[in-house]
Amino acid sequence: MKMRVGFKVERRPVASGRVVFFVSLLAIFAAFVVAGIFFQIYGVSPIRAYQLILRGSLGSRFGLAETVRRVIPLLLCGVGLTIAFRANFWNIGAEGQLLMGAVAAAGVALFSGLPGPLLLPAMFIAGFMGGAAWGLIPAILKVMLGLNDVITTLMMNYIAIYFLEWLIHGPWKGPTARGFAYTDTFQQAARLPTFYNTRIHWPTLILGLILAVVMYVVVTRTRSGFEIRVVGDNPDAARFAGISQLKTTLLVMLISGGFAGLAGVGEVAGIHLRLLGPNNISMGYGYTAIIVAWLARRNPLAVIVTALLFGVIMTGGDVIKVSLGLPFQLINVFNGLILFFLIGSEILLRYRISFLLRR
Amino acid sequence: MGWETWVITTLSRSLAYGTPLLLGTLGEIYAERSGVLNLGVEGMMIMGAYSAFTTAYITGNPWLGILAGAVVGGAFSLIHAFTSVTLKANQVVSGLSLTMLGLGLSGVLGRGWEGKPLPVPLPKITISALSNIPFLGPILFKGQNLIVYLTILLVPLLWYILYRTRIGITIRSVGESPATADSLGINVNRVRYMCVLLGGVLAGMAGGYLSVAYRPAWTEGMTAGMGWIVIALTIFAFWNPAYGMLGAYLFAALYHLSYRLQPWVSPELLKAMPYAFAIIILIFVSRGTLQKRMGAPAALTLPYTRGEE
Amino acid sequence: MDNSEGYAIELRGIVKRFPGVIANNGIDLKVRRGEIHCLLGENGAGKTTLMRVLYGLYHPEEGEIILNGQPVQMNSPRAALNHHIGMIHQHFRLVSTLSVEENIVLGLDEGTGPFMNFRKARAKISAIANEYGLSVDPQTKIWQLTVGQQQRVEILKALYREVDILIMDEPTSVLTPQEVDQLFTTLRTLVDDGLTIIFITHKLDEVMQVSNRVTVLRKGKVVSTLLTNETDKPTLARLMVGREVVFRLEKSPKELKEKLLDVNDLHALNDRGLPALRGVSFDLFGGEILGVAGVSGNGQYELAEVLTGLRKATKGKVLLAKKEVTNCSAREMNNLNVAHIPAERIRMGIVPAMSIRENLILKKYRYSPFSHGEFLNYKEIEENARRAMSDYQIAAPSCETPAKLLSGGNVQKVVLARELSENPCLIVAVHPTYGLDIGATEQVRQILLAQRERGAATLLISEDLEEIMTMSDRILVLFNGEVMGILEAESADIEEIGLMMAGTRHKGEKL
Repeated sequence: MKMRVGFKVERRPVASGRVVFFVSLLAIFAAFVVAGIFFQIYGVSPIRAYQLILRGSLGSRFGLAETVRRVIPLLLCGVGLTIAFRANFWNIGAEGQLLMGAVAAAGVALFSGLPGPLLLPAMFIAGFMGGAAWGLIPAILKVMLGLNDVITTLMMNYIAIYFLEWLIHGPWKGPTARGFAYTDTFQQAARLPTFYNTRIHWPTLILGLILAVVMYVVVTRTRSGFEIRVVGDNPDAARFAGISQLKTTLLVMLISGGFAGLAGVGEVAGIHLRLLGPNNISMGYGYTAIIVAWLARRNPLAVIVTALLFGVIMTGGDVIKVSLGLPFQLINVFNGLILFFLIGSEILLRYRISFLLRR
Repeated sequence: MGWETWVITTLSRSLAYGTPLLLGTLGEIYAERSGVLNLGVEGMMIMGAYSAFTTAYITGNPWLGILAGAVVGGAFSLIHAFTSVTLKANQVVSGLSLTMLGLGLSGVLGRGWEGKPLPVPLPKITISALSNIPFLGPILFKGQNLIVYLTILLVPLLWYILYRTRIGITIRSVGESPATADSLGINVNRVRYMCVLLGGVLAGMAGGYLSVAYRPAWTEGMTAGMGWIVIALTIFAFWNPAYGMLGAYLFAALYHLSYRLQPWVSPELLKAMPYAFAIIILIFVSRGTLQKRMGAPAALTLPYTRGEE
Repeated sequence: MDNSEGYAIELRGIVKRFPGVIANNGIDLKVRRGEIHCLLGENGAGKTTLMRVLYGLYHPEEGEIILNGQPVQMNSPRAALNHHIGMIHQHFRLVSTLSVEENIVLGLDEGTGPFMNFRKARAKISAIANEYGLSVDPQTKIWQLTVGQQQRVEILKALYREVDILIMDEPTSVLTPQEVDQLFTTLRTLVDDGLTIIFITHKLDEVMQVSNRVTVLRKGKVVSTLLTNETDKPTLARLMVGREVVFRLEKSPKELKEKLLDVNDLHALNDRGLPALRGVSFDLFGGEILGVAGVSGNGQYELAEVLTGLRKATKGKVLLAKKEVTNCSAREMNNLNVAHIPAERIRMGIVPAMSIRENLILKKYRYSPFSHGEFLNYKEIEENARRAMSDYQIAAPSCETPAKLLSGGNVQKVVLARELSENPCLIVAVHPTYGLDIGATEQVRQILLAQRERGAATLLISEDLEEIMTMSDRILVLFNGEVMGILEAESADIEEIGLMMAGTRHKGEKL
């Protein structure tokens, strides 16, 4: 009659929102703890480091501005990615789509010859279309030929990067300073207004916030959103219901690529005011946005929060570089750890471990 | 520089630059042939580069450095194997997270190692007798190093193993139809672990080669996207080690020629070629019979569970 | 008194249960060495399960396996192979990108380390192939072979592993008539050489043609074991489908409305590109249920898919209320008020992550009142869900509950509620009560009968012959993609139906 403590692992049918939230929080916390170990190795107390980061990224006016500035592209890309992920399209190509949006906007700004007031709207439209076109190509390849979306979007990133490099070293080359190549500066009418002395190009920010809300409504309350969710969850049922997988996938990538393109517009028209090399325009926004979207559990509204989190982390990178002398690369460690623990948390969500007393 | 000298120099340098590409590609080919997509190659390469450099620096022995690179690359890949094969989590995300981690870790740990020249790099080898062979001599036998030769020898070895041995058949069946392999008593998970491990070890070695032989120094981010080129080259190679060799050296040559070819093709567009070609090849093999003949392993990226029939 | 001499295999008292069903209910089977022994039965009779137990894929709850007089434990296919038992499944276990010889040696340790001595293997394969007349070029890739040739590879695979006993699961389902003849010749050669063959089938012609003895299974039990030359097809058919009193449901007399569906010479291909429907023709009237009987794999799924717009017909015409609807899309068929209750309710019928209320409007979401323009009207959707859940007695905490949490019966009720709520003119119902408990089964049947009373035309496709006989007004039997006969259910003889299901055309039926 021995009593044994055993545990049973069983599949959890569906995780409630609260559990998901809690587990996500746990993943982030775990990442911060592990990263804290790195701080310790460098002789910095993790508590002090995190304090500095928070104060630096949210506590000061400058820090907050920098954080918000980073949030903008993360928000736009992230919202777009939630839509793609909802339809089960693995868009790893937000980076490339962002760059192509920047290219399109720069093209309009520098060469279109449009009158002043029309420039900015045209740039946004062009940027959207540039990113959307870049996203539609893998979408078409997947639907028509069954090509793997991960690989194609990934490859398109690098094609975009080198295309941009070619432009700024070649046909669109402006003045060269100290080995960097970039185009001419945009004229005044092609620049986005910023908030007081900061680098927050607020029109893009507002656009991002509006789009987050709009996409939330679309996903939860419209016919298209309904179709996207059906296709993403069960393509067989979608076929059964007469929903066109082709149209839905194209729509989804139009949006996802287009939003990333808008982020690109924001970066060149709001921050850099010219077209720069790919590493300067996007500091991995496209890839970080994947984590942003995933952490937000594909909910466009939640992206506002997760984008903020990663904005803090990115600004934090600057903070620790400047104040603590630690390398900026640490944020990549953060991102990698968070992503990694998120995978782990998915496993936790999939299974439920229950302890039981067995006789 | 005479035309002939120019060609020889280019080819010689292509051999050198193509070596890490080829090593990485060979490893990724094996991983993908078993059904696992490893997007963490970049991270494994750079961690390999970092550990190889520091080990070589501290011990004064470049070979220990290469070994360290291989070990670290392998360790990283075991993590990927664990999440992808055992936990059956999403392979894309797992790979991406390891790349980010690798880039970040190496950047953090590597600070302070920048700018230090390696006192004892991997020795260059010149076989004077053979280097007098016209044309091929100076390319192959002057100023290369042992890793280059090893890599060249790996190609026929890995090709033979994959296509002509029992192990190779096993690997290919696991990547094509894990259910069939499982029903014949093959341990699908173990095969996948081994292949992913090989991929990590070779990637780590490739990185080590970069920091200990090719450019004996450490710079943050020194792999400069080589891992992503490897992913594209794996497709370009139709998952075949022999074509992998062709692709790696071809791309290395183009890369070296890029500035020379500038009047005709701009160097940036040349750099985009492996990626564009990868997509073109995927399109090419998407049609029915071609897919069967030369396409991706059918079970690539799909975790395998023994299901109830 | 048990003389196991001469018996290659003996199965005693095998019981195998799955959740909700007893697949093998105390089965005794004796197979003599050197014979071709057929296992005959409909779907769900337990034949495949029994053989999987023998092959070590399943562990029986009770019973024992005795090989050549010795009891053995079959823990896995490896164990079965060690005992020289081989199994060729209905869906081949071959890696299509590898060559014939590579597939044959897959998984075997040749004892020579990792490197393969292909020369030795090739020689052995050649020898076996020549001995049994199974010629295939060993270096061709599997995808380049015809299905018949692939089957030969599977046989070679088994022979290479020196099996004494070969189990084949419905081997002719994918073969052309010529290939079937070749297969039978091969089997006779193998048996002459001392092999024992167990052959699972539902086709009476084959049983009569090739077997020495036949065991008929029904609903998990052995009905009888007979010598083939001492029996005939009608007897076997009767044994296969049983003769118990069929419980007739309370059904109002048939009240036919006008002809609703006119199917004419319908041809279609299945997913593998082989013909699935070969000239199917029938009429369907409003107010009646036409049951389609037949063993799974004879074209029923494809018929349902063609009629609901999910599969293209290669030839033939379908008229719905005199309007041609051949090859209309799924959405168009929806709009014409055709309801489809799919065979795989979870894979095709619902969106698991979505709530019940959303699943209920899966086909109607684009129309008012459920949407105005682009926007969904959740109040209406909720109201609809409330009504449906009460009308159809769907048990769930709320209409927001995700569909994947529902029991099988409730999922089916959601599907029914969705499909039947608009009073469809044509209902195509495929295995509607499969896997449901008694209570849910009753409910579903009552719902379908109510629709019949309302005047809907129903095509009921089911593997459960009892269900067909109780629910249908007329019965159509499909075999090999052709209509074997159409009978009035009231006067139908179950033996006749059994014969038709197993390949005999109904006398007097013009086609």
